[in-house]
Parts: sequence; C-alpha cells; structure tokens
Amino acid sequence: MADLIRFTAAETAAAVASGDVSAVEVAQAHLDRISAVDEKVNAFLHVDTEGALAAARAVDDRRARGEELGPLAGVPLALKDVFTTKGVPTTCGSRILEGWVPPYDATVTRRLKDAGVVILGKTNMDEFAMGSSTENSAYGPTGNPWDLARIPGGSGGGSAAALAAFEAPLAIGTDTGGSIRQPGAVTGTVGVKPTYGSVSRFGLVAFSSSLDQGGPCARTVLDAALLHEAIAGHDPLDSTSVDAPVPPLVEAARRREIRGMRIGVVKEFGGEGYQDGVVQRFQEAVELLRELGAEVVEVSCPSFTLALPAYYLIAPSEASSNLARFDAMRYGLRVGDDGGRSAEEVTALTREAGFGPEVKRRIMLGTYALSSGYYDAYYGSAQKVRTLISRDFDAAFAGVDVLVSPTTPTTAFPIGERADDPMAMYLADLCTIPSNLAGNAAMSVPCGLAPEDNLPVGLQIIAPAMADDRLYRVGGAVEAAFTEKWGHPLLEEAPAL
Amino acid sequence: MPGITREEVAHLARLSRLELKDEELDHFAEQLDVIIGAVARVSEVAGQDVPPTSHPLPLTNVMRADEVRPSLTPAEALSGAPAAEDQRFRVPQILGED
Repeated sequence: MADLIRFTAAETAAAVASGDVSAVEVAQAHLDRISAVDEKVNAFLHVDTEGALAAARAVDDRRARGEELGPLAGVPLALKDVFTTKGVPTTCGSRILEGWVPPYDATVTRRLKDAGVVILGKTNMDEFAMGSSTENSAYGPTGNPWDLARIPGGSGGGSAAALAAFEAPLAIGTDTGGSIRQPGAVTGTVGVKPTYGSVSRFGLVAFSSSLDQGGPCARTVLDAALLHEAIAGHDPLDSTSVDAPVPPLVEAARRREIRGMRIGVVKEFGGEGYQDGVVQRFQEAVELLRELGAEVVEVSCPSFTLALPAYYLIAPSEASSNLARFDAMRYGLRVGDDGGRSAEEVTALTREAGFGPEVKRRIMLGTYALSSGYYDAYYGSAQKVRTLISRDFDAAFAGVDVLVSPTTPTTAFPIGERADDPMAMYLADLCTIPSNLAGNAAMSVPCGLAPEDNLPVGLQIIAPAMADDRLYRVGGAVEAAFTEKWGHPLLEEAPAL
Repeated sequence: MPGITREEVAHLARLSRLELKDEELDHFAEQLDVIIGAVARVSEVAGQDVPPTSHPLPLTNVMRADEVRPSLTPAEALSGAPAAEDQRFRVPQILGED
C-alpha cells in the first residue's frame, strides 16, 4: 500500500469508498505517525486513539452494509483544542481547563462526526487562542516541521504543524486575527478564514466573539474546500450564525481558472517590516496571477494602517468579558478554597494560577479600554476604525473581485525570539487582521520559499463576505500553477522529521 | 495620552480578579504602557463623525421558539464542577459569616 499519510483528504476518501483501503488502516497509519514524530513536533495535546479507531470502524461498517459514504468519510483530522468534544478533554492550551472533559460536542465537532471524519485528537494552541506562535500554550510550544526550532505560527500552530508533519491530512482552526492563515503561511499549508458567521461558534470557547471564526486547514485547496463545505452552514444554536446558503466551494476549487478576474494588490500591505524574500515571492505570485489571465490593479485601503491598534483594543475588550466565565465555580481549576476564603478571593487566586501572562495582559488591557474615562478614546475609537476598514473594503471590492497580499510580513521566526515582546509578536498579524474586523473571507495558500531562509511564504487572498468561493477559485488556480512550476507540492521540500 | 502607572495596573488586576504577584505588577505595568502607547493611535479618529461597528453582521435579537428540548442531565451539567452537593454547584462563601 502506498504511503497513506501522504494521501490528500480527497484521495483518502476515494480509497476508502472504493475499498482499496479501510478507514481503520488509514487511522492506524496516522496514529503510528503521531507516535513516531509528535514527541518532537508537539502538535497534539491529546490523542484519542480509541475514539479515532471506533469512528474509523463505524465508517468501514457503513461501507460493508452498502451505505453511501460522504466525501470525507474515513479521513483523519486534527481538531484545535478550543472546540468542545464530548468525553474528550478540552483545554484551550490553558492550565485553568486542565483535565476538563466537556459534556457536549461543538457544532463543528458534531458535523465532522456526522460526515464520518475520524478525529485523531486535539491540537496545541496559544492559550485561549491569544498569540501568533503557539508559545503561549501552557503545555509547551509546538515546533514548525520545516525547522523545529522555529514557531509554527499561532494561535493554531498545532493544527498547521500536524498537517505539515503528515500527522493528519485535515485540521480545524479558529481565526480571530489570523490564527488559521498565519500558521498556514509559515508551515506551507492552506488555511481559510470563512466569512464571519458562516461556520457555527457553538462549542467554540469564546475569545473575541465578534471576530472568532472556525475554519478549515489542509495541505491542498481542494481538501480545504471539502472540509469547509462539511462544517459550514446555519446553526440555530449560534445566534450569530448566517442563515444563507454556502456558495459552491468544491466546484470553485476544481475550476482552476481565473481568466478575466479582477485582482487588487493592497498598497498598504508592504514596506518597512516586510522581509525581502516574502516580498519577492509575493511579487512573483502577483506576476503569476497576470500570466493566468487575471487583471491586476493596485488599490489603496488607507484605514488599514489603524487595523492593528483597533484589533488590540477590540479583541482584549471582548476577551476580558468572555474570560470572566473562568471563575472557579462551575468547571475547571479551583485554587485556595480552604473553607476560610471568600468566593471572590478563590476566583482571583485561581485565575492568577490558571492563566498565563498573555491572557492576563489581554484581560487587563481590555478592562482598561472599557473603563469609564477611557472608553470613548479607546474602545469607541476602535469601533469607528472598524467602520472605516469595512468602507475601505467595500470601495476596493467595487472595483475588484478579490484582494491579495502576503499573509505575514516575515517567515517563521525562532522560538523565543518575540516571546516577551508583545508588540513584536502582534506584528505577525498585520495583514490578516483587517478581514476579521470586517468579517469577510480570506485564505492563505503557499507561494514558495523565501530565498534567504528556505522557509514557506503564504499568499493571502481576500474576498467579500459570503463570496468564499472566490478564494477557492483563485487559490486552486495559484496552487495548480505553482505545483506545475515547482514539479511537486511545496511540502515535498520539507525536511524529513 | 498619559501612560499607565503601577497603581493603575494593580487596580485593573483587582477589577479583573487576578491576584497578581508584585513582580508581575512591575512587568505588566511596563508592557501595558508600551502596548497602550501603540494602540492609542486609534484616537486619531475619535473626533470623526463615523458610526461605530460592534459586530460584522446586521443581526439583532435572534429569537427561537420557547419549547422544551433535550438538554444536559444534572449529572452532566455538574460533571466538571470543582465541588458539588445535592445537584448544585458548591461554592465558597459569598456573603461572609454573620
């Protein structure tokens, strides 16, 4: 049998459906791979061997009974540890939830199970999804499979690293300011932030509710489309869920043709702070888009220069409120309950012991931004910036179908380099944040290796809200053209683990 | 925009229910001062006549029918509780003794 861990999700599903291989064999091959390499990579916080094999057996049984299998039945997946999983630990990378076993499934978890997807386990992440490197996990950092001494991005570094290390062909992430796209870019994988509201947040532990969006991570654009279609769609359990049909994504990914599309290059994403090799690969990608028949123009979005400051007021403000639920009363850690201390004292001692430094920083920053006296200057202004950014996008999309930029200003940086310099860390999300503030759709797709360090560079594609299909059309065309140019997928150049 | 003092950080920690250690207060005061200095740029737009956006979707008050539906059993709901008693969450004293 060919190397099952190198199959795409589409190939795996086809092989399982045809009976060339059983879902159990596929699951076992991936569990073996995790056993072999994850001590080095640390992509997984929890591996659910028993649950994965049981799910795979169920797919094999359904096939044996002659039932029709869905397009992802029997395909293994790595789930970011921020989605609840009934009976399987969920920590959000935090000590405060160590050992917590949720009594219910997130809607995303439920839809994956219903699709016959085999959930291998839960992946490492920056605590409560706050970070750009996965160094803020309470359970140790994840290594980038391209260079284990470097960060795999964050907050969803575990999900992206699991793909790049061939521990899973599919993964789920969440993107509040770039936590799917930035890890995708720095690991040479595909990551998509769907339109806000198009994938249910029910059972997704909240960081910043008006920005958080779950989405697909994969090694190919088509695999991402298959996974995106499996998890998207209206959910009555999420009051911010969009009640509108999901555009045909798989069809768009298969089209691989962009002749006549109008593509805008955002002028503000570039200049100081951008690594030379990133800019070079990005410009080559833009040239490729032209060769493929797209009409490329430069567009200006002047308010984007205020996106990062606005984000670091809005997201911490919402986080300071959302994380108030970790009060040591109903679930999770409880510290200092000696019979003499009050509930308030126990709460404060528990949060001190259970939260890491970045979470504490953001809770206090948000509390500050929402205080009377500062509210108008900070939170109020940030909300105005949000309106201005949406207007810039609207103006740009009046003239073009999609926008493109580098996904991140630099390639993967060494673990530890920015760990105690929050502002330097925050710059990793410079290009990804505007889409979260506006709620539109965006993808990162590999566009080569930076010549100076041989590390992956991502091309970001941004589409208007509910036009996620355009991401797949452009991403699919770019991926096909680059693969032909390189003679193989980018990940084949990654060193052996 | 004024910087943030160690006393202000101590106050924020109290409001945030974080029992910070002294060395954390010093460290966070320094870092929060830098971060607030950087994000204060948003106040450039404070005077502009622009409506605020709190949320990307134009949704308000999504309602559902008030019907009994399956839900967690008491045992499931209490399964993660640090302490439970008589189908309730057992918590430390809230009002003090008197």
